[in-house]
Amino acid sequence: MSILGTRVLRTEDPRLLTHGGTYVDDVRAPELTGAAQVTFVRSPFAHALIKGVDTAAALAAPGVIAVLTSADINDIPPQQAPPEGGPPPVSEVAPPPRGGVWDEPLLAVDRVRFVGEPVAIVLTDEGYQGEDAAELVIVDYEPLPAVVGITESLAGVTLLFPHAGSNITVDRAAAAAAFDGCAVVVEREIMNQRVAPVPMEGRAAAASWADGKLTVWASTQNAQYGRDMLADACGLDPAAIRVIAPDVGGGFGAKVGVDRDAIAVARAARHTGRPVRWVETRSENLTAMTHGRAQRQTVKIGGNRDGRVLAYRLDVVQDAGAYPRMGEFLPKLTSLMSAGPYDIATVTAGYRVVVTNTTPVAAYRGAGRPEATAAIERAMDLFAAEIGMDPAEVRRQNLVPPDRFPYQSPSGARYDTGDYAGALDKVLAGAGYPELRAEQARRRQRGDVVQLGIGVSSYVEITAGDAADGETARVVVNDDGTVTIYTGSSAHGQGHHTAWAMIVENDLAIPMARVTVKHGDTDEVPAGSGTYASRSLQLGGVAVHRADLAVKEQARKLAAALMEASEADLELEQGSGRWQVRGDPSASRSWAEVARHAGAEGLSAFVNYRDGVPTFPFGSHLAVVEVDTETGKVTLVRHVTVDDAGTVLNPVLTEGQRHGGIAQGVAQALLEEMMYDADGNPLTATLADYAAITSAELPSFELLASETPATTNPLGAKGIGEAGTIGATPAMQNAVIDAVSHLGVRHIDMPTTPSRVWAAISNARNHQ
Amino acid sequence: MIPAPFTYQRAGSVDEALALAAAGGDDAKFLAGGHSLLPLMKLRLAVPATLVDIGRLCELSFIRDDGDQIAVGALTSHHDVATSGLLATELPLLAHAAGVVGDPQIRHRGTIGGSLAHADPAADLPAVMLAADATLVTRSPGGSREIPAGEFFRGLFETALRPAELLTEIRFRKAAGTGWSFQKFTKRAIDWAIVGVAVQGGKVALVNMGQTPLRAIAVEWALAAGAAPAEAAVHAAEGTSPVADINADRPYREHLARVLVARGLAEAHAAG
Amino acid sequence: MTVNGGRLEAEVADRTLLVHFLREVAGLTATNVGCDTSSCGACTVLLDGQSVKSCTVLAAQADGHQITTLEGLASDGEMHPVQRAFHAEHGLQCGFCTPGMVMAAVSLLAEQPHPTEQQVRTGLEGNLCRCTGYHNIVRAVLTAAGHREGQAGR
Repeated sequence: MSILGTRVLRTEDPRLLTHGGTYVDDVRAPELTGAAQVTFVRSPFAHALIKGVDTAAALAAPGVIAVLTSADINDIPPQQAPPEGGPPPVSEVAPPPRGGVWDEPLLAVDRVRFVGEPVAIVLTDEGYQGEDAAELVIVDYEPLPAVVGITESLAGVTLLFPHAGSNITVDRAAAAAAFDGCAVVVEREIMNQRVAPVPMEGRAAAASWADGKLTVWASTQNAQYGRDMLADACGLDPAAIRVIAPDVGGGFGAKVGVDRDAIAVARAARHTGRPVRWVETRSENLTAMTHGRAQRQTVKIGGNRDGRVLAYRLDVVQDAGAYPRMGEFLPKLTSLMSAGPYDIATVTAGYRVVVTNTTPVAAYRGAGRPEATAAIERAMDLFAAEIGMDPAEVRRQNLVPPDRFPYQSPSGARYDTGDYAGALDKVLAGAGYPELRAEQARRRQRGDVVQLGIGVSSYVEITAGDAADGETARVVVNDDGTVTIYTGSSAHGQGHHTAWAMIVENDLAIPMARVTVKHGDTDEVPAGSGTYASRSLQLGGVAVHRADLAVKEQARKLAAALMEASEADLELEQGSGRWQVRGDPSASRSWAEVARHAGAEGLSAFVNYRDGVPTFPFGSHLAVVEVDTETGKVTLVRHVTVDDAGTVLNPVLTEGQRHGGIAQGVAQALLEEMMYDADGNPLTATLADYAAITSAELPSFELLASETPATTNPLGAKGIGEAGTIGATPAMQNAVIDAVSHLGVRHIDMPTTPSRVWAAISNARNHQ
Repeated sequence: MIPAPFTYQRAGSVDEALALAAAGGDDAKFLAGGHSLLPLMKLRLAVPATLVDIGRLCELSFIRDDGDQIAVGALTSHHDVATSGLLATELPLLAHAAGVVGDPQIRHRGTIGGSLAHADPAADLPAVMLAADATLVTRSPGGSREIPAGEFFRGLFETALRPAELLTEIRFRKAAGTGWSFQKFTKRAIDWAIVGVAVQGGKVALVNMGQTPLRAIAVEWALAAGAAPAEAAVHAAEGTSPVADINADRPYREHLARVLVARGLAEAHAAG
Repeated sequence: MTVNGGRLEAEVADRTLLVHFLREVAGLTATNVGCDTSSCGACTVLLDGQSVKSCTVLAAQADGHQITTLEGLASDGEMHPVQRAFHAEHGLQCGFCTPGMVMAAVSLLAEQPHPTEQQVRTGLEGNLCRCTGYHNIVRAVLTAAGHREGQAGR
């Protein structure tokens, strides 16, 4: 029986549970002995000119080794500036736009554009001294009007980048859509609010420059990409840089590569010749690590009273924050997935990207796709309310039927496999939908203070969108018969070491306990893409599998030579894990013997798997909430999901990803928002104010199983990492609105905090 | 993240604590559990030059049955208050409120005295003191005082405590069998109350409806005049001055006060 | 103070936080710093057997007391039941919140040996996790309490 598909506990756990992980702040490498502590001086203004920086008092403070400003480390021009006047780069792994009109420096030069923007670096012998000394750096700011919010940015009265002539970095208007044939049309502006990723470990980096080589430990999702970014930013050959990702305490898309602060840290090491270490505080993390979402969306949905949707239009304005690091990447993906799992005759989507004096926005669990799903799922419910039809029924009528796959979506994606109605039916049955509606009806009839809300979402999402960039694996069978895997994937909690070992055990009949996985060190894994976009199993895992097969064929040849038999007669006996002549167990060799026979070359294979294509997981979520109609307080009572990401390799790992995704999705709908005042000051800059969700706000989740295999890779795998988040947010939001729809409420923007829900109830009552 | 430098001094007795605080002047603060003071210091919103650690003064950590009164030492942790069998019987309002302060870790360290001396209007226990009509006992080099709860909370983070004056114990009349309720309305369970209500007997006190905890006097008068709880609750926001912040504007806080007072009175009425 | 059963003496600056004392002076880096407002619980250790946020305790306050960190939980190479339960139930992913979460769970079970699910959820409200959604953490604590058979993630 194959180990694939069985529940296997994680090999990563014992070390983490007894000794604790080794995150950047825990690294005690000899190169970092005596490392100076890095403390950033950051702008307290959202928008200001810098008239001068006075470092004299700081330099005189105890333990201060150096105080660096832009004059010290902004001296290396970018090797690849984007075309002058052209749009910024367009990829999740694109370098920040240095040079050109939207230039983002390492340390601010003559202008700051968001609260938290780094202006100077203080290096001290010890950590505590850094905070003291940083307070002594005097920056002469001349405040400018702050541009906060999309409306203000579009108005263009104040420009963040005067040379650009506009605050709009990209403008791709939607094509006109025909709504004339629709009996019913609903249009609404909705907000997909700015949130913070809040990995439990913030950003951190340590660097050592010695003997012409730069070694950087970084809390990153991709060491190789980080190395390439550092090469560009430091004017070094990539071969002169080693990046090491130790244990990483969560990334969620916000730790792709290395960001400008980490690059500045590396430059500081080079500039001073002293090893350095930087670990940001949570306040810094909430203001200077990238945020997520932040789209203003206008949805327009039209159809007939029988429930058929005929046209859908989505207009997005993406708030990029102060620097458009990801160009049009996020709203472009939103646009691509705008049609959702529905077969709608006409779908058009367009977007603009604007800059504001706030923290830059980048990828966050789902990166553009949760926004697409949230928009159309809200639109579906608005349409359902308008025609007076059950929202699940409206969806069922419009979902792409199972016989239409592969399905070319009108918004541009080609969905590979799916059973969307099956997922919806499964979740409705699993939740007991008719009983829930009956309970809701009873409470409405009684006029209970606490009302019940049921929210549904159906979704499809794109994973491994950049499959063409591939993933690498090198599988080595050592002379003692153990296996070492060098993977380009870069786990930060996903359990790849366990999963890859399962693949090897399945392919090579070598027990998991004899398999070691290495990742995240560019000296050991020079080529690789890393972990983001839910791509690792279907690309990195498949690369391991292909390398296994190549190793197996090499081994067959070696064993044949060793045993003086023909290759065709040799088989790998699954039970014993030995190479033997078919039908003759007396003549067999172990993997160790075969590997030793490979001589100096060793028994190994390297695969750069570039044949993958994007895949499309799908599912449905159902949330049950209780809303206290006197206070507006919302309680999530149940959350039932189908998340189908193809063949499941290890249910333990898949369930964990679904749970975590659901929690973050619910959190956006229920609680979390990064808020700014009119002057661009962040109002939620600590975890006391930013309402990161806790165990007390969540129930246990009800996960239903569904596996519709992908047909484009041998593992049948799609990506599960972000699906839970994508499905959960709209189900939760729809549930809250559903709870009070009988009072006349049609929409409540996220997060559905008590005050917002109460305001919606009050307004609806006042209008009746 | 790190407090500014300060001098740490440890007191072995109440007298020593008072002497050290007096010597430190305006820039000296008492350190009990530290869960009101240290967070402020870590953000450098408070920069005392001297901390006088009174955490070893075990003689100030007690819950005592004094006949018709209960005496609680100022250094008693929220956890000990919340899990006290004596308080569960004689002063359940206090036991319950202490059990919802912060989270378990905070309750293991935070003390009732520390919370009251800090006087955050969004904190739970100050309002409980008002509803329970508590008496706060202090010691200073000049002697001892007994301050009624109604006179203790003077303003935002401001109490009747003078420099080098230490809160040592809080006295309550026993209230076994008296109807009570504590309504704490939050976004998340660990959050400060957006609005809170403490009810005991005919007394109603409000959390986070002004710069100090407030007695809902208009509600109490209405009750005393014979109004039903639901009618009396209509007056909940009178005389209050709630702030507007990211969680609630003034009208919403006033609305919550009315709803929570109504619920608190109903619960107290049903229990009592 | 006594840390994981061993006496430790050192002279440190008055403002040294217990969490930094443990990480830098005692060399015990399992305990992590996750925030600056005593909100996240990643720094949770046991002080005289009770869970505390070590970022909000001065090392000087812990003088003379007994501190237990994650590293001190296993005995004779055998994982503590709570550690075993976290493994059996997949109660950790990136591992950063885990030391604090495990210590908070140990303290919770010491005070409430047979908690309900709701009591576990409320009992862990001082510990944030971003990876697991808490579902399996709650299962792990209930398993450690003996409420249910260990069965990873179901």
